[in-house]
Amino acid sequence: MRQTDRHFKFDWATIILYFLLVGFGLINIISASQSGGSIELFSFNNPYSKQLLFIGLSVILIMLILAIDSKFYERFSSIIYFASLLSLVGLFIFGKNVNGATSWYGIGGMTFQPSEFAKAATALAVAKYVSDLNTDIKNLKDQLRIALIIIAPAFLILLQNDAGSTLVYGSFFFVLYREGLPKLYLSIAVFIVLISVATLKIGPIITVIIATILLFTFYFFRRKKMRLFQPIALTVICLGLAYGVQFFYKHILQPHQQDRISLWLRLEKDPNKLERMKKTFAYNLNESEKAITSGGFTGKGFLEGTRTTGKFVPEQHTDYIFSTVGEEWGFLGTMFTIILFILLLIRVLHLAELQKSQFSRVYGYSVASILFFHFMINIGMVMGLIPTIGIPLPFFSYGGSGLWGFTILLFIFIKLDSNRINEW
Amino acid sequence: MRQFLLFFCIILVGLVFTARLFYLQLYSSQSNNLYEDNAIRKVYDYPKRGFVYDRKGKLLVANQPSYDVMVIPREVEPLDTLEFCNLLKINKEEFIKKYNKAKHYSPRLPSVFISHMSKEDYAILQEKMRKYVGFYIQKRSLRQYETTIGANVLGDIGEVNNSNIKKDPYYKMGDLIGKNGVEISYEKILRGRKGIKFIQKDRFNRNLGPYKEGKFDTIPEQGKDVTITIDAELQAYGELLMRNKRGGIIALEPSTGEILAMISAPTYNPNDLVGRKRSKNFTKLHRDTIAKPLFNRSLSGVYEPGSPFKLMNALIALQEGVLSPEERITCNRGLKYGNSFMKCHCSNHIVRNDMITGIQKSCNAYFATAYRRILDKYENASIGIDKWSTHAKSFGLGNFLNNDLDVGQKGRIPNRAYYKNLYPKTFRTTYTISNAIGQGEVATTPIQLANMTAAIANRGYYFTPHIIKSIEGEKLPRKYTTPKYTTINKQHFETVIEGMLRVYENGTAKYVKVKDIEICGKTGTVENFVKIDSVRTQLTDHSIFVAFAPKNNPKIALAVFVENGYFGSRFAAKIASLMIEKHIKGAITRTDLEHWIRTHSLENEYAKPQSGEPFNINEKTQLQVIPLD
Repeated sequence: MRQTDRHFKFDWATIILYFLLVGFGLINIISASQSGGSIELFSFNNPYSKQLLFIGLSVILIMLILAIDSKFYERFSSIIYFASLLSLVGLFIFGKNVNGATSWYGIGGMTFQPSEFAKAATALAVAKYVSDLNTDIKNLKDQLRIALIIIAPAFLILLQNDAGSTLVYGSFFFVLYREGLPKLYLSIAVFIVLISVATLKIGPIITVIIATILLFTFYFFRRKKMRLFQPIALTVICLGLAYGVQFFYKHILQPHQQDRISLWLRLEKDPNKLERMKKTFAYNLNESEKAITSGGFTGKGFLEGTRTTGKFVPEQHTDYIFSTVGEEWGFLGTMFTIILFILLLIRVLHLAELQKSQFSRVYGYSVASILFFHFMINIGMVMGLIPTIGIPLPFFSYGGSGLWGFTILLFIFIKLDSNRINEW
Repeated sequence: MRQFLLFFCIILVGLVFTARLFYLQLYSSQSNNLYEDNAIRKVYDYPKRGFVYDRKGKLLVANQPSYDVMVIPREVEPLDTLEFCNLLKINKEEFIKKYNKAKHYSPRLPSVFISHMSKEDYAILQEKMRKYVGFYIQKRSLRQYETTIGANVLGDIGEVNNSNIKKDPYYKMGDLIGKNGVEISYEKILRGRKGIKFIQKDRFNRNLGPYKEGKFDTIPEQGKDVTITIDAELQAYGELLMRNKRGGIIALEPSTGEILAMISAPTYNPNDLVGRKRSKNFTKLHRDTIAKPLFNRSLSGVYEPGSPFKLMNALIALQEGVLSPEERITCNRGLKYGNSFMKCHCSNHIVRNDMITGIQKSCNAYFATAYRRILDKYENASIGIDKWSTHAKSFGLGNFLNNDLDVGQKGRIPNRAYYKNLYPKTFRTTYTISNAIGQGEVATTPIQLANMTAAIANRGYYFTPHIIKSIEGEKLPRKYTTPKYTTINKQHFETVIEGMLRVYENGTAKYVKVKDIEICGKTGTVENFVKIDSVRTQLTDHSIFVAFAPKNNPKIALAVFVENGYFGSRFAAKIASLMIEKHIKGAITRTDLEHWIRTHSLENEYAKPQSGEPFNINEKTQLQVIPLD
């Protein structure tokens, strides 16, 4: 009796959202990777039919994950984490270089990307450490240890020249903040981001002037007691930061990195240089924006996208898959995708808050944060809202490692969630 | 509050994405137009432009292939400029200039980079074209003239300009369009409809194959051949006769309104305006503001008609019943009216002319009287002149003919409203007495005058003069096949025609008679003035002649205008006689006339106003004799 009940405790809403995303993703991979002629779903020698195979294998993987006892994940989290680290280290010896990044193992004709699985492993390790009764997140020593857990895989991935995947580890900030990380860290983060962007956009002098005015206004209208020393010190820090950012941008960054930032913040005013940018490093972005724009409200229809068919957007079936949605399904399709993602994120977040064990909650929060980071960076990049950072769109982009990595990440949480009644 | 940070971030990112998608897909998205889509290559297939034949089926205009190098600036990729320039036979500066011009027009639409390459250059270039991304070769067809005559009739084709493209989106940069003559009048029929192929491209500009298996492709519709009413032989003969003269000849077939010949002198060889040499030669012709070879004098030249207009006044007088054919009018070397006097050269002594002799001798006094009577028949001259004007306009004068020729002028037949500013209050017949003899405010174009003659030849109706004889598989518009009746009754024409016959038998044109052909004509000599250094200066009179033949069942009606040719029978009547003989007999018996016309030039006359020296006119001039070419 109890056995059968347990099946129905899985959160079907999340599972349905998962399959909707994977299914719609496959449809778009077909468009982006077909090469005219008939669609051969079962030939397994083209991306879309391989993706279909990966989805099929995912179903087996899901059943496996859900079949394992939920206690297993908490108990073996450290082992999983270290195994994952080991697989990343192994890349330095056995790794295969694809597009400048040494992130793959080649096994026969297949490639395998351990960094896609490291996210789930790290999430388990963080959940385990934070939920430990001896851990106090307000304690600097513990903060440093947690930081080490997160930074270790991130650093290994960065060494393999995969900056995009490294950035995703920043998403753990949301998890730690939720679990009680002091507000000061959030303030510092927001402060640094605001000052940096403002410096690049409007120049250091105006930034510092505005910041100073705001700080002193805040000082004079303060409610709590505050010393004059504080706003003055902050102004000095502002000044240092602003000029530091400018120096970093002008003298430390390579010209091609400068170009990316200047394109992102629309700093470049010379139309000739802009035109050149569009033909070189901004080519993908430019083509992807054009493809999305050309879709209009209803899109051109399945397999009807002229820019998709003409393969105008490089890497369209992987990182730029969202531009296919834009061209062929239009505003309706892109909004549909975004709403699916938001529903999934909010659902996972909601379930995480319902968890009774801290381990499950932290893990659930990690899942939502990681997925959110991927969603924000990938779609933001494809639409030209943030600089080009190559990471896949979860469940959508072509790739076995990616799909399985996200599937494992999500379904471990579904398994943990199904067990929350038994947790005390 | 801590648990809401991520939630807010998710919602915020969702809203930002929605706004961005709204901007991209709803706000900046243009209509999904295949023509605007640069992922689709548009390949045009130009149809054969219709041929032009003359009325006897002689081929006048055919086609020849030509190759243009086209460029789409935004698709151009870095290339070996030096090699490309060598292939195109241009230098680097020209390359940059042409490229910038194309880019300025539109970075995403094709522009012509090099036009009209020879077959040989094309053959070499074609091999290497793949290397130059953003450039391609467009095959077009240029005109091939099978003749050297009729430039003003046939017209020419040239590249479309921006206003053509704006007016009709069918045309794309580099397309060819009729610029004048038959080419512009029958542009849509001659050009056909170009076909288009949509080809899916990839980002390397390679063809992936037809877009949607060619669902939207169209096949070109061939241009239709047209036959024009011109008789190439007569046209050529007219052009020969008009060499070294300025003016125009219009010859019509009265029974149909078909234009047999339309000569405007000076003219040019239509082959000069084909292909690469077109722009150079066109500029040269265009800049010649003295001889104005591009100005179609037979259609757009507005002249005072002079004496031929007396025929009009005779007809109106008969219709209004103010004169009978038999009534004699006294001419005392002219006519006194009020305090003025109108001179007449019809005789050295007092004569009394009836209508026939009035026309025969072109008596000014007779027609001044006729004109006065017409206007004075009514309560006042204001009503009279409006009546008179209505009659004259029923012959197609004073307004556009509304036919298939691309240029034309209204000419002028004044009515009371026209004189409103000049004579606001009192208006007397005598104010406008010059109209009686075709001077003063009356003005016509040669084609209008020819048409008037055709209406007289038909005894009261005309067909709108037109250039089209037949279009492959189409019927002619009804306006060319329905007669237009004048306001003059049929019976009044015989007297006038008899007078015109006498002009040849006994009158001003008796020396240019042609054996066995009854020609009816009327000479004209028209004073004219120009401003030289802002001084109004009289030049030698224009020589004018209108005629039709034969008297019964007329085959040809024509008007001949020779600028500064002096009296009517000196040049115009001779040319008219030769044209008539050529058309009716097919060969010339009056070789003496032909020889005279061909060996006498008026170029010395035309040089006078530009010479800056004082000069003589009319009877004091010396004709320039040239050798027969």
